Amino acid sequence: MSITVRVNGTEHRLDVDPDMPLLWVLRDLLNLTGTKYGCGEALCGACTVHVDGHVVRSCVTPIRRVDGASVITIEGLSPDGSHPLQRAWAELAVPQCGFCQAGQIMTAAGLLRKYPRPTDEQIDQSLAGNLCRCGTYSRIRDAIKAAAGVKS
Amino acid sequence: MTAPRVVIPRRDFLRGCGLSIGALAVGYCLPAAAQQATSEPDKAPQSKPTAASQAVESKAAGLNPNVFVHVAADGTVTIVCHRSEMGQGIRSSLPVLIADELGADMARVKIQQADGDKAYGDQNTDGSNSIRGIYEDMRLVGATARTMLVAAAAARWKVRAEECIAKDHLVTHSSSGRSLGFGELALSAGKLKVPAAKDVVLRPRGELTHLGKALPLLDAPAYVTGRAIYGADVKLPGMLTAVIARPPVVGGKVASFDPKRALAVPGVRHVIEMPHPNPPYMFQPWGGIAVVADHTWAAMRGRAELDVVWDHGPNATYDSTRFAEQLAASVAKPGEIARKVGDTEAALKSAARTVEATYHVPHLPHLPMEPPVAVARIDGERCELWAPTQNPQAAQKEVARALGTSEDKVTVHVTFLGGGFGRKSKADFCSEAALLARAVGAPVRVQFTRADDVRHDYVNTVSANQLTAGLDERGQIIAWRHRTAFPSIMSTFGMPARPALDDLQQGVLDLAFAVPNLSAEICDATAHARIGWLRSVYNIFQAFSIGSFVDELAHAKRADPREVWLELLGPARTMSLADLGVKQLRNYGQPLEQHPVDAGRLRHVIERVTRASDWDNHKARGRTFGLAAHRSFLSYTAVVASVAKREDGKLAIDEIWLAFDAGTVVNMDRVRSQMEGAIIFGMSLALYGGITMKDGVIEQDNFRGGGRILRIAEAPRRVHIEIVESDAAPGGVGEPGVPPVAPAIANAVFALTGTRVRELPLHKSVPVA
Repeated sequence: MSITVRVNGTEHRLDVDPDMPLLWVLRDLLNLTGTKYGCGEALCGACTVHVDGHVVRSCVTPIRRVDGASVITIEGLSPDGSHPLQRAWAELAVPQCGFCQAGQIMTAAGLLRKYPRPTDEQIDQSLAGNLCRCGTYSRIRDAIKAAAGVKS
Repeated sequence: MTAPRVVIPRRDFLRGCGLSIGALAVGYCLPAAAQQATSEPDKAPQSKPTAASQAVESKAAGLNPNVFVHVAADGTVTIVCHRSEMGQGIRSSLPVLIADELGADMARVKIQQADGDKAYGDQNTDGSNSIRGIYEDMRLVGATARTMLVAAAAARWKVRAEECIAKDHLVTHSSSGRSLGFGELALSAGKLKVPAAKDVVLRPRGELTHLGKALPLLDAPAYVTGRAIYGADVKLPGMLTAVIARPPVVGGKVASFDPKRALAVPGVRHVIEMPHPNPPYMFQPWGGIAVVADHTWAAMRGRAELDVVWDHGPNATYDSTRFAEQLAASVAKPGEIARKVGDTEAALKSAARTVEATYHVPHLPHLPMEPPVAVARIDGERCELWAPTQNPQAAQKEVARALGTSEDKVTVHVTFLGGGFGRKSKADFCSEAALLARAVGAPVRVQFTRADDVRHDYVNTVSANQLTAGLDERGQIIAWRHRTAFPSIMSTFGMPARPALDDLQQGVLDLAFAVPNLSAEICDATAHARIGWLRSVYNIFQAFSIGSFVDELAHAKRADPREVWLELLGPARTMSLADLGVKQLRNYGQPLEQHPVDAGRLRHVIERVTRASDWDNHKARGRTFGLAAHRSFLSYTAVVASVAKREDGKLAIDEIWLAFDAGTVVNMDRVRSQMEGAIIFGMSLALYGGITMKDGVIEQDNFRGGGRILRIAEAPRRVHIEIVESDAAPGGVGEPGVPPVAPAIANAVFALTGTRVRELPLHKSVPVA
């Protein structure tokens, strides 16, 4: 089945198993490895991307569901790593191992689009699906607030 | 300083270096946005392996007195990070220490990730060992290079070396003010004889300009842009991906299998039976059937179509619930004496009152966010491996063993690790990739699914601990007896499952209590699971048992838990082996003279944490506090946890204070971040962690049930970290924050609810989170 999908502004025509999750299309076929595999069941959020502006877990999103859609991955969030969240993340030295952080940032970017000045509750609710085994949660909260210009 | 333990040979510098995280130029003093341009890792062009493209500076001219440091004629200083980066920030810490000794400007320092190579000495990134174990060795490698640059400058100016100083990438003659850059001196310094360690003087601490500061996280730009290369991100031309069906029971094997349906899945190329391991299992691959395909999805689908009949073997009756009862029975009986001060049995008999409790902590999972993964390529007799390994030399050795070749034929490149926690010390997944690459004649990536990670983990061991105390008429604690039973890690390596004496160094033999009659006993245990080490290892359950029991004693005495901790610890003092009542103490591989067991330091962190949390006044505020403290990995940690009842009746941990004394600290911010992380890690295991087995099979398969870990909403809104400023020899950092977290929470839960929970995870007994 032929599927057309725009990823970070580039259109791709793919002849793939329509059930293949978007995650594996990104990682294995398009070599966009910033989006991570962590659980395969939408339990951890490491695979988070945006599809037509919505925050989506790519590990449970069959490629057929994004036919004709526009996907943004961490590689496409900003041209040079200068998105306010990326800057705040680096300035507050949020990452430890870093593996989950692309997913955290993509979810946080969706949150800020909806709530430019999020409360603690909105942050907790929005990021509830993004696990961090290293335990960077308190810095994630601080970085989101810093990027949003909200006092910690 | 102590005598350096390693003499490091010179060699061709930058030979065959690692993957893209390798020759990573970092702009140290630049703001984060500007740093982006230079510190972005040279992400692999997808058509060719990065290793070849990185081997550019072989035999580079300049000064390289040892395998860690190179000064080029253009002034570029390259420092090798030979330990694995798994979130502890070692790449932002160890090279800075070397650069400080050298006098280098970090803006002109490149950091290169080492391959596995004995020339670096021990590379095992484990045991919270990287700073504490080689702090002075690493200073020496920088100081040696500095000594040579200074000697070259002094020779050029015909002055005495003592009159020159190395600072800010320059050597300066103090009286004349003349100076030469490191680059200008590199070639002539490189021609000098490398001085012996005894002729190299380390800088006074005050000259180590970055020491103890909050240093920049050098890899942050790579992490936040998705450009950091982890194990699964390595691409080689023609690479296939394998997913393996492994025996569900330890010691099980394939009875028969039919590959037909798997081979019919589009994209599946091969179905291959893996060699079956024989005990002891050590780091061997697990056996089973591999499905090798064009990409991950096809491999996963192919595996789902496999028809395998398993012979489950002798552990197919293992039931972890029943086993916990056996361990409890084991500690109800006397064991072998491991530690003896006074006469505990007599004191217990004469005591006016005794208190006794038995604690249980289940098997625990590692759950690194990145499941195990490795990429291997075979070229003739050579094997090249890319892996997120904590121990590249072990990977090299194991891959060589699996392939039946010699270690010099195996090159191991270390990628970023998406978490390790002890799981990625084991080389099983590395050998799997190598065996499959050879079998199929193409590069292969072995990818663990999350279910594979959980079910084929080297689980932290399961334990029972019985604590008994005797109190005299005045309520003084006059006797303390600790009986411990758990299958030892050594069982995975062919040794007995009964705990070894050295296993008790973790919190039992080094417990700095001043009780006049104190003993510890080793009780029997058998092993039916593949047991490994998880962040802080045995300390997890020893700290939970001891930390909970101190609290139980406090309530039995109707005394404040802090006062009972301080009573048990006694006056500030260091303890001799005789004081401890032991003949020997492994002491995490360090001499007691340098790293004594110090009751004063444990007292101090308790005093710090209770002061910071306003311990004396907390009860008025409608929530309760719990306290616990523990020495591990030569560092001292105390935690106060606050527990409050939410409107829905559930218990929430709303605030945590942690005081930490690791002696000398190199990178203050990464130490702080390790403590923040340790609190979350400790909460996960306290609240939810618990691997159970039925019929020998692990019942969990993902981040749920006993594999559940803390989510952001459950993380305390307020976390306070106090780090003790100290000149003491550096202790461990990665692990020692974890152990006191669970008992501090359990003690706070008791104070709030009156329910004493003696078994983890807490959610089985009380409504947490």
